[in-house]
Amino acid sequence: MAVGLTWNVYDANTMTQAEIYGKVLCTLGEENDNIVGLSADLAKSTKIGEFAAKFPERFFNAGIAEQNMFGMAAGLAKTGLIPFVSTMAVFTTMRAAEQVRTDICYQNLNVKIIATHGGISFGQAGTTHQCTEDIAITRAMANMTVIVPADGIECANAVRACVDRPGPVYIRIGRGFEPNCYTTDAYGFEIGKAVEMNPGTDITLICCGITVLQAMEAARILEKSAGISVRVINMHTIKPLDGDIIRKAIAETRRIVTFEDHNIYGGLGSAVAEVVAEFGKSCAFARVGIPDCFSLVGYPEDLYCHYKLDADGIVEKVKEVMGKDFEDDDNWEDGF
Amino acid sequence: MPITDQEIRELQQHAKQLRKDSIDVTFWAGGAHIGGALSMVEIMILLYYKYLHIDPNNPEMPERDRFILSKGHAGVGFASLLARRGYFDFELLKDFNKFNSPFGMHLDGNKVKGADVSTGSLGHGLSMAVGMALGARVKGRSWRTYCLLGDGECNEGSVWEAAMAAAHYKTTNLITFVDRNRFCVDGPTEKVMGIEPFADKWRAFGFIVKEVDGHSFAALSQAIEEAQAETKAPVVIIAHTVKGKGVAFMENEVGWHYGGLDSDKIIEAKRSIETAVIG
Repeated sequence: MAVGLTWNVYDANTMTQAEIYGKVLCTLGEENDNIVGLSADLAKSTKIGEFAAKFPERFFNAGIAEQNMFGMAAGLAKTGLIPFVSTMAVFTTMRAAEQVRTDICYQNLNVKIIATHGGISFGQAGTTHQCTEDIAITRAMANMTVIVPADGIECANAVRACVDRPGPVYIRIGRGFEPNCYTTDAYGFEIGKAVEMNPGTDITLICCGITVLQAMEAARILEKSAGISVRVINMHTIKPLDGDIIRKAIAETRRIVTFEDHNIYGGLGSAVAEVVAEFGKSCAFARVGIPDCFSLVGYPEDLYCHYKLDADGIVEKVKEVMGKDFEDDDNWEDGF
Repeated sequence: MPITDQEIRELQQHAKQLRKDSIDVTFWAGGAHIGGALSMVEIMILLYYKYLHIDPNNPEMPERDRFILSKGHAGVGFASLLARRGYFDFELLKDFNKFNSPFGMHLDGNKVKGADVSTGSLGHGLSMAVGMALGARVKGRSWRTYCLLGDGECNEGSVWEAAMAAAHYKTTNLITFVDRNRFCVDGPTEKVMGIEPFADKWRAFGFIVKEVDGHSFAALSQAIEEAQAETKAPVVIIAHTVKGKGVAFMENEVGWHYGGLDSDKIIEAKRSIETAVIG
């Protein structure tokens, strides 16, 4: 992985994840002639347009035709190129799901998908443009790596890292001006290795994407107001999942809550639940996300508040789980 | 270079062999999409014995021409051809469809030498072919991409998305064929979901259309050479064919889209192939 970024990390405070992605991709395009870009009439809003302007001969707008775009990306990858494909998460994982699965994952091709407008980050657009299913869908595709960066800086790290990782990668980002968690890109980002954002011994919050920053804020509030020591884990890679950090958290804090901008079925919460169940050590466990419904319409900050994915909601959930009973010994005589 | 009578005689022998091989492999496989494997024989033989720049001893040769069998269900014929062309031993096909065989009904490009991509789900091949053609352009390479579609497959909207892109990006280094055998699984294409006026549709999407007898080596050859020389727009060659061609009891019989054969049927099929004059 090349060291250093050509854009100023401090700019990240005023840039969206997608804008940072656009800049990083331009840098990568200069370093590597094999990188090509594709979008489906969303070059502007996915910010891959910056790459398109700089390398017009290496960019292909597929028009509003996502199935063909992902098929073309597979064909381009077959010739040894590294396509970066950007459109909204909903069109990537549902409209073109079969092309992503059969043309790209089945053939294990070197296609990097940067899916924007993940979750309810485009809440005002309504269900047609929201996407609370994509993690579940991409996680079930063999050969696929699934990354949900916590902020723009992590997005930059993920985009860089995915170039060196053979095979398909799905990077899910938001839309709006999500504030940053990180102040530097040099925190040791590694695909498949989660980051402990805050140490804690009473409970562990496992998060991805926009919930990481909210959980960090919640941890501060809980420590200060209630003396609860909250561990926060940024599970930026959903697949392959960092099982070790989860098992360590179960053993050390015995209480786990997941927070994600995704349906509670099939996403981060489900992935963590699989590890919890297979580990065999009991713990209090809860998942918070979109509770198996299509989200309301609204600006993301209002929706995150409504679905308890903001700091206040997380505080509330943590207090609830702190009071939750669980079998903390091997004595099962007392029943359920 | 225009095809000679001597070449045609040789290709006819290869075609006869491919039809018989496809029958054998259908038997070993316990059933296959034999009807569509037989209709595409002349197109496949002409490409693999005359036009494709390939080296079976070096399947990944960077400068090779690419071929995508978008009608991937005809894998039984494609695998037989690749074997006879020297990519692997024909005897390996006795394991077709069997446990852990590299050869399944729809060929896996990561397991079968000579198959450039994995196909099987209809409506995917042309998009990948356009991507490959653009890849050649980005890399400044002169190899061509050839893609063979089924006619029923052209019900898929993604075919037309790909066609739009091919015309938009003027991929004249891509040559597309449609095996117009007029049948899909449930019956004649025009009854199940009509695609006519088919040539007009391709023209409207920006293609140069050549309609030929898909069992005539001379006609196909002329169309391919004209397509290779074309610089204005991508070419589609609509090859009018007969489903089950060469096996009298299979010809134009919708039931032979997919089927299995017993030993009596194999003898009858091969006798029919021996006596048929095609190409």
